[in-house]
Amino acid sequence: MNALSALSVQNTTKRFGGLVAVNQMSFELRTHEVLGLIGPNGSGKTTMLNVISGALKANSGFVSLFGKVISDQPANLIARSGIARTFQLVRTLNSMNALENVEAGGVFGHRRLWKNSLRSQAIEMLDKVGMAGSMNNPISSLTYIDQKRIELARALMSNPRLLLLDEWLAGLNPSELQIGIDVINNLKSEGHTIIIVEHVMDAIRSLCDRCVVMNTGKKIAEGKPEEVLEDEGVIQAYLGSEHA
Amino acid sequence: MTKKEVRNFLIAMALFVLAALLPIADSGYWLSIGVTIATYMVLSTSWALFSGPTHYISLATGAFYGIGMFIVGGGIDLLPYWMLVVIAGCAGAILAALIGLATLRLSGVYFVIFTLGLAEFVRQIVTWIQTTMGSSSGLYVLTDLNDTIIYWELLVLGALVYLIGWWINRSRLGFALRIIGNDEVVAVHCGINTAYSKVILFIFSGTVATIVGALLAPRLSYIESNIAFSPMLSFIVVITALLGGAQKLWGPIVGVIPFMLVWDFLTATFPNQTTLMLGICFLLVVYLIPNGFAGLIEKYLPLRHQER
Repeated sequence: MNALSALSVQNTTKRFGGLVAVNQMSFELRTHEVLGLIGPNGSGKTTMLNVISGALKANSGFVSLFGKVISDQPANLIARSGIARTFQLVRTLNSMNALENVEAGGVFGHRRLWKNSLRSQAIEMLDKVGMAGSMNNPISSLTYIDQKRIELARALMSNPRLLLLDEWLAGLNPSELQIGIDVINNLKSEGHTIIIVEHVMDAIRSLCDRCVVMNTGKKIAEGKPEEVLEDEGVIQAYLGSEHA
Repeated sequence: MTKKEVRNFLIAMALFVLAALLPIADSGYWLSIGVTIATYMVLSTSWALFSGPTHYISLATGAFYGIGMFIVGGGIDLLPYWMLVVIAGCAGAILAALIGLATLRLSGVYFVIFTLGLAEFVRQIVTWIQTTMGSSSGLYVLTDLNDTIIYWELLVLGALVYLIGWWINRSRLGFALRIIGNDEVVAVHCGINTAYSKVILFIFSGTVATIVGALLAPRLSYIESNIAFSPMLSFIVVITALLGGAQKLWGPIVGVIPFMLVWDFLTATFPNQTTLMLGICFLLVVYLIPNGFAGLIEKYLPLRHQER
């Protein structure tokens, strides 16, 4: 195992009954690296992310964070050891306002703030995602991109050692997409370690240092974005054999 | 404490003292209904501390209450009364912990049905123990505790529940429960041990309900499982909490007072249709004031809303 390795996934398999959603996946992630986890629909990307965050238990293999095995722990302890995430379909706390939604991420996880330090951090995070003006607004009054920003701010509240973004850019219109890419770029320049599951190829090219490509649960390619996107196997997986 | 909290605390103290003076003003009908109101005030408030933020509807209140009664009924000839109240509290806590651990994986309607079934199960067990080991179907609790003393005991217990509830709402535990009520998946990924948080609150409300049963036992004098484990009690607790608004600490008490006055009138006027009346009350509350009086007050006093 590399000394700089932030996350290490080794021979991980996740089955749902007879379906093997993640099949013998192995990859490494270095600190301050942004890794794109890509592949066609149903290739097991979100399942892989769920195994890393502890939402699902792997059937075999293990995941370790900075050399410490985490795959045997429940999701709340994994969050506490420093993995924060957003969800494919945005999940907000609808009875609370924007500020409280963000605060929720900083009380019980990797960082355990309370009272004044919690509030000032939450305001800082809202500012970072460009939402400082709406902190007292109820969540239901926010647009989709703004809810996604709140969710991201909640994940950042714990000062995570690893951030998992599950299709955080999906469903945005072109101008929102540019805002979204800028937000992630800022996180990257701050030195965050991030795994992005994404379909938006422009975002992958401009954000990711490296990509892991999955198809039917297996890793089919790994490398720089421009290289893997030219890879014959990858094009075949996305478009079918006649286009390769 | 902020200025607003000091103000609220003084208002609460004043109301408490005013309520405590009731037995001096009247020792007949009003004291009697005062005991009933105080009973449901304590039960609903402690119920709402768990079910309000988490949205887990528990119908097990009657089971805890009945156990409290039977512990007093069974032990009154052997141990001093106060010791039985303490034992009842401990028994309620242990039972709630066991139920909590067993029902961690249940949510929504499964949890509701489980708690309802549990109340019935406990009643059957107690009845069985009584008919095989005891001589009669009921137990006598003869003490010199009158309605006035019981009323004051309930008020003090209610004040304690309020103070603890106020403290929980301001604590990390209270925040955790609100997050769990919104989205349990998010709660887990924020690092919250959801099982632990839920069980702690369930233990608290179960303990309080058991103690209430123990305090009420001397009032009944003769305790029978059909009365002690009445499912009606669990339903009334839910209705009054919903009527007042389960989201606010003071919500249930705002619901209990008008409901019990109306309920007393209804049961006196239609003694044979109480279950029907309960059903109608349930429908009216759910349809007309789904967020309770507390919700109405917040809606029409938007200034209050901004303060948090």
